[in-house]
Amino acid sequence: MTKQHANWSPYDNNGGTCVAIAGSDYCVIAADTRMSTGYSILSRDYSKIHKLADKAVLSSSGFQADVKALQKVLKSRHLVYQHQHNKQMSCPAMAQLLSNTLYFKRFFPYYAFNVLGGLDEEGKGCVFTYDAVGSYEKVGYSAQGSGSTLIMPFLDNQLKSPSPLLLPAQDAITPLSEPEAVDLVKTVFASATERDIYTGDKLEIMILKADGIRTEVMELRKD
Amino acid sequence: MFRNQYDTDVTTWSPTGRLFQVEYAMEAVKQGSAAIGLRSSSHVVLACVNKAQSELSSHQKKIFKVDDHIGVAIAGLTADGRVLSRYMRSESINHSFTYESPLPVGRLVVHLADKAQVCTQRSWKRPYGVGLLVGGLDESGAHLYYNCPSGNYFEYQAFAIGSRSQAAKTYLERRFESFADSSREDLIKDAILAVRETLQGETLKSSLCTVSVLGVGEPFHFLDQEAIQKMIDTFEKVPEEEEGEAEVAAPAEQGGGADGLGDQDVAPMEM
Repeated sequence: MTKQHANWSPYDNNGGTCVAIAGSDYCVIAADTRMSTGYSILSRDYSKIHKLADKAVLSSSGFQADVKALQKVLKSRHLVYQHQHNKQMSCPAMAQLLSNTLYFKRFFPYYAFNVLGGLDEEGKGCVFTYDAVGSYEKVGYSAQGSGSTLIMPFLDNQLKSPSPLLLPAQDAITPLSEPEAVDLVKTVFASATERDIYTGDKLEIMILKADGIRTEVMELRKD
Repeated sequence: MFRNQYDTDVTTWSPTGRLFQVEYAMEAVKQGSAAIGLRSSSHVVLACVNKAQSELSSHQKKIFKVDDHIGVAIAGLTADGRVLSRYMRSESINHSFTYESPLPVGRLVVHLADKAQVCTQRSWKRPYGVGLLVGGLDESGAHLYYNCPSGNYFEYQAFAIGSRSQAAKTYLERRFESFADSSREDLIKDAILAVRETLQGETLKSSLCTVSVLGVGEPFHFLDQEAIQKMIDTFEKVPEEEEGEAEVAAPAEQGGGADGLGDQDVAPMEM
């Protein structure tokens, strides 16, 4: 007698890709705007990027219902923090909060693949990348979602420090200027869109700097 | 009114149908330093007197942000006020989370009143010793409520609580009919003038008062000291001129001097 398997899953994958790159005084967070289920498209204009605090922006691919619930929880927790501390949460603080929130549901996880981007306490760009249960790491750049396997190797080629064996450990932040980083992001998404069916329609880019947040939108292939 | 055999327990009625412990809790509100609230059709202003324990210490915080659209000013046991403010913030956040919309002020004050009522009907609890002026803006307009330790709440156009609040109330009673259509600036000016009434002749300085505003298109925030001082300067040009204005206010203040036992007798936990 073979084990019976569930004929219903609480999870769905709405596809899409998220990328973030940290610079010396900026951070670029980008995601496509296609939301799909199976082989169907649910929306060509759904934003996967969400501002959590002045200096912390979250971008998540995966199951968007879980992503939405996660964003709501973080937003409420941020309000509590602001009431208690009389200031906004810093990006590293938000990174830890996100990790704890994800692990809280270790045995029924948020099906969300997160990339948190922002500016740290010194004003330098920072990117944190997560798995579904909260394991996280501060990195110089990251990609998550359906197109991540196509994008990450290319970002490694362009942005990774010359050798991981080089000591002292190099700062992971890219020396690229902001316009160069934005251009790189547009390039990777254009390439990912070609081969990943779940990525496309439009690209939303948020550029975070000390003086504020700027948003850019670029068209992508719609097929 | 004081010292009788029915006032030991909050769960004991007096033969005349009163709960003395609840009434004593309302006395605690009168001992705290003054807090004032006014509203127009589009804005709510909360102001309070900054009283410090001694010259060496800072003044206690009496006005709290509950949410972008709700603020609260307290008088009485500030520790109780702080705890209730935390409760209000939590209610507001939970409502926003569930309904994705701001908590209507009328709902919040009912929650608060029900919470206060519980403490009037449990033998192991005591009533909260703080009065709250809850000001907020929601779909039905700008509101100002007063919540008392008894669990009652009332809506007001303008109100003042705490010591020497009678002086402020007299001032507000003269002027309240014009508040509904007041501009934001006039409303703030009236709030500061009402605060001045409670100071009984002491020179009004921006360091002596805290003022907060919220309204249509304007989330709750505190006015900074310079803005308050500028407002004060518009109506208090010279000390001599102040004498003239004080003479008009004096008859009203005589009535106000009777309540409150004077600063020296204020219990340390009340501000």
